[in-house]
Amino acid sequence: MSHVSPATGALESASPVHRESGFHGPDRPKDVDYLHCIHCGLCLNQCPTYRLWGLEADSPRGRIRQMVLVDEGRLPLGDSFVRHIDQCLDCRACETACPAGVEYGKLVEAARAQIEQNYRRPFSSRIARSLVYRHLLPYPRRIAAVARLVRLYQNSGLKTAARQSGLLRLFGLADREKLMPPVEQVFFFSRLGQTFPAQGQRRARVALFAGCISQVSFAALHEATIRVLTANGCEVVVPEGQLCCGALAAHAGVRDIARQLARANLDVFLREGFDAVITNAAGCGSTLKEYDQLFSADDPAHRKALEFRRKMRDATEFLDSLGLTAPMRELRVHVTYQDSCHLAHGQKIREAPRRLIRAVPGVELTEMRLSDNCCGSAGVYNVTQTQTSLELLAEKMQCAAETGAEAIVTANPGCLLQMRAGSEIHKTGQQVLHVMELLDRALRDVPASATSRL
Amino acid sequence: MQRTIIRELERLLGSSGVLSSPEDLLLYEYDGSVEEAGPDAIVFPRRKQDVVEIVKLANRYDLSIVGRGAGTGLSGGALAREGGIVLAFSRMNHILEIDAENQRAVVEPGVVNLDLSRAAEKYGLYFAPDPSSQKSCTIGGNVSENSGGPHTLAYGVTSNHVTGLEVVMPDAKVIRLGGRAMETPGYDLTGLMIGSEGTFALVTEVTVRLLRLPEDVRTLLAIYDSLGDATDSVVDITARGIIPAACEMLDGWTLRAVEAYVHAGFPLDSAAVLLMEVEGVREAAETQADEIIEVCRRHNAREVRRARDARERALLWKGRKEAFGAVGRVSPSYYVLDGVIPRTKLTPTLLRIEEIAKRYGFVIGNIFHAGDGNLHPLILFDHRDRDQFRRARAAGAEIMQLCVEMGGTLTGEHGVGMEKNELMPLMFTETDLDLMRKVRAAFNPVGRLNPGKVLPLGKGCGETRLQPFPQSAGGNA
Ligand SMILES: Cc1cc2nc3c(=O)[nH]c(=O)nc-3n(C[C@H](O)[C@H](O)[C@H](O)COP(=O)(O)OP(=O)(O)OC[C@H]3O[C@@H](n4cnc5c(N)ncnc54)[C@H](O)[C@@H]3O)c2cc1C
Ligand code: SF4
Ligand code: SF4
Repeated sequence: MSHVSPATGALESASPVHRESGFHGPDRPKDVDYLHCIHCGLCLNQCPTYRLWGLEADSPRGRIRQMVLVDEGRLPLGDSFVRHIDQCLDCRACETACPAGVEYGKLVEAARAQIEQNYRRPFSSRIARSLVYRHLLPYPRRIAAVARLVRLYQNSGLKTAARQSGLLRLFGLADREKLMPPVEQVFFFSRLGQTFPAQGQRRARVALFAGCISQVSFAALHEATIRVLTANGCEVVVPEGQLCCGALAAHAGVRDIARQLARANLDVFLREGFDAVITNAAGCGSTLKEYDQLFSADDPAHRKALEFRRKMRDATEFLDSLGLTAPMRELRVHVTYQDSCHLAHGQKIREAPRRLIRAVPGVELTEMRLSDNCCGSAGVYNVTQTQTSLELLAEKMQCAAETGAEAIVTANPGCLLQMRAGSEIHKTGQQVLHVMELLDRALRDVPASATSRL
Repeated sequence: MQRTIIRELERLLGSSGVLSSPEDLLLYEYDGSVEEAGPDAIVFPRRKQDVVEIVKLANRYDLSIVGRGAGTGLSGGALAREGGIVLAFSRMNHILEIDAENQRAVVEPGVVNLDLSRAAEKYGLYFAPDPSSQKSCTIGGNVSENSGGPHTLAYGVTSNHVTGLEVVMPDAKVIRLGGRAMETPGYDLTGLMIGSEGTFALVTEVTVRLLRLPEDVRTLLAIYDSLGDATDSVVDITARGIIPAACEMLDGWTLRAVEAYVHAGFPLDSAAVLLMEVEGVREAAETQADEIIEVCRRHNAREVRRARDARERALLWKGRKEAFGAVGRVSPSYYVLDGVIPRTKLTPTLLRIEEIAKRYGFVIGNIFHAGDGNLHPLILFDHRDRDQFRRARAAGAEIMQLCVEMGGTLTGEHGVGMEKNELMPLMFTETDLDLMRKVRAAFNPVGRLNPGKVLPLGKGCGETRLQPFPQSAGGNA
């Protein structure tokens, strides 16, 4: 049994003994960042994992404390630390809640960089991580090749066979399989290098950021985004040579790859003087806007990143400030809006998408409870922490269903996927749309389908 | 802690309901205060019966038990000063019933304060006590600390809104206190339990009264070039029999720290702002607002603004409610005090605090519930520097002593905990303290629950107890 710990026991005993930090190298949580945390606890109830489990270790305050303890040499950079940092969604709801301005996202990415460098994961996990982050996402051709294989599986009888045979359930994969991105028939890669002229008077010239997985799974969303932008007077360029934004790598602590991708993208997008660089993926957007955090101040890329940040806009943010000019037909539909974490918490954008939704004639918007609580998608979280992800999804679908809306509108491809799976799993019958898709449907002159009115 | 005890706990609660690894213990060493002390195990009951069984087990093995809500407390109340078991209520967080017609709710203790008000909102109701920590702190914590908030001025503290409790006593007996009505015959044991800081019993269910959301709310921000003018306005407003729903003050230093973050529109060159709110039926609220504006102007307010809509109102309140946190942007640590003084002594007290700040070489910001004279001086320091930490506590002790001298008290709402227990003799005679010990012993005879809190530990001569924090500064309790 541990002895009495008097009021200041920890401080008294900690300070004279100089322990060695468990962190090594420059990519580490820095005291200038974590010292802002005054352990007030105001972030606890905003944290999805704390709400699920009620554990300090899985709360923002507890995770920050664990970083401090590792840095002070009081906690090993071992299994326990890694588990709790892995279980973090990196949703950054804690940043919104924190009055002290703690930049948690920055801290957790640095902690993950430390884990990546100093902690040996089990063999299978090392292989999988290396394959995905180092050998797949940075290479468009490989993404396309893998996507074709997956498509083959999804289109062939295999998928149905696997589902029907109960084989997937046997391997605990039934729900996980639903969370897999569907591969579209036409990839977006062919659009790279193309320019789409503005309709009517040109009001802006913008570059579209196309992403990695999005190019094979969300080509249709990209096309919709281009239609909405051009209809509203934007010339849209899809610059060639652009790569994955590096968000997934950065979130996983694979900083070297994230840096490599960032450098390439900075070169591509700063080559021409666009009025803005647009993304329809909130998750990518918040990393793109924070490229500066990947580089030390004396690296030339740092200055470029700051310049780039001034250009970088979420599609909803950009259209909201530009103002919609294209005529829209009436959509008699009742929707609710889900705040994508990296839009609401990462980029502090909440009103722009709501204003765009309300701008569509006939659309009724009902707010859902906890609209800015994570849906469980969180990058690759739904694959790495499937159980937790599904629990969060269940709550999200419940909140969405309570509104009685026919459709859930959101602003990030990952959330779309997750909630489409949710709608299927929980049989809520709600459609899930990106804000750009909603606007696009209002633009297109096709008659509304009888059932969906969308 | 012995493996056998852990195994028994796990048998009761499942392995996910018990933490005992060194890694986990480190995360229950702290709460919202500057205190630190760690337990030997943490348990997560899901129902009353779990609590009963845990208490029985603690009795069998002679272990201390400390309740914990969200750990936002500011006096170390939820810390296991003498080791033992921390009983965390974070998984007993269900709202059991909202009886809208009778404006009542029955909740488990781990329900978060703001979650209750949010759930009641659809019935046009809310839970009135609104501590600035309300988005995380729990009803159980509120009950134990008898928490207040900015709107305490008009609506009172937690005890004014709790009608009944179910508690588990240190001998594992379950008792129901009070009921659904505000008044019950016999001794007011509910009242006694509220504010007992977890030293009498463990709260497992709370029946609260809910208020109707006011028809109209007017929020005013008065801006001053002198702190004295601001405090004089408060004295004058209340002297005229106007009771605003809230009346909060931020001094120049604090409002600048807050403004940098919230952008609520506090002018950076002002010496103080008063944030006031009046509520009621539309006409009454309007008349009161006009009267207040008039008084503020008479006391040289540079400007009085009215929040135009719910958004502006929310922004002003964000500035106030997150003020402590905003200070965290400027300083690695702060030590927040919680003295109460008579309203009329505000100006001289603030001058004396300024003098103390100078003497110790600290910046001390002041935020307070001006309407009821509840001061929250914030001493900024760096906890990594042991000497600074010690001096911050010494400065804090002087300020608390000052509050008592001014005819006030040591704590308005943050409780005594393990932070101020040694200062209790400043306010109470040995006879008073003995009576308190007897009351505690009636509930908690062997000190099973939350030992080392509220009452002074040593029974030495009065002289040593008056020394600020001899125990904690010396490192042994
Ligand atoms: C930024 C900030 C602002 C704050 N503002 C205010 C304010 O405006 N007004 C105010 O009054 N306080 C304020 N506080 C202090 C604190 O939030 C309150 O005291 C709150 O009521 C504590 O609730 P908790 O759930 O965090 O309790 P904890 O800190 O976990 O515990 C507090 C005490 O209650 C006991 N306890 C908790 N649950 C139980 C239970 N079920 N049974 C028995 N004992 C129990 C604990 O043992 C401990 O003694 C503030 C704190 C912070 C960090
Ligand atoms: S709200 Fe901010 S300062 Fe408070 S505990 Fe959470 S991260 Fe730390
Ligand atoms: S990022 Fe999200 S999951 Fe992680 S600590 Fe913050 S709120 Fe919790």
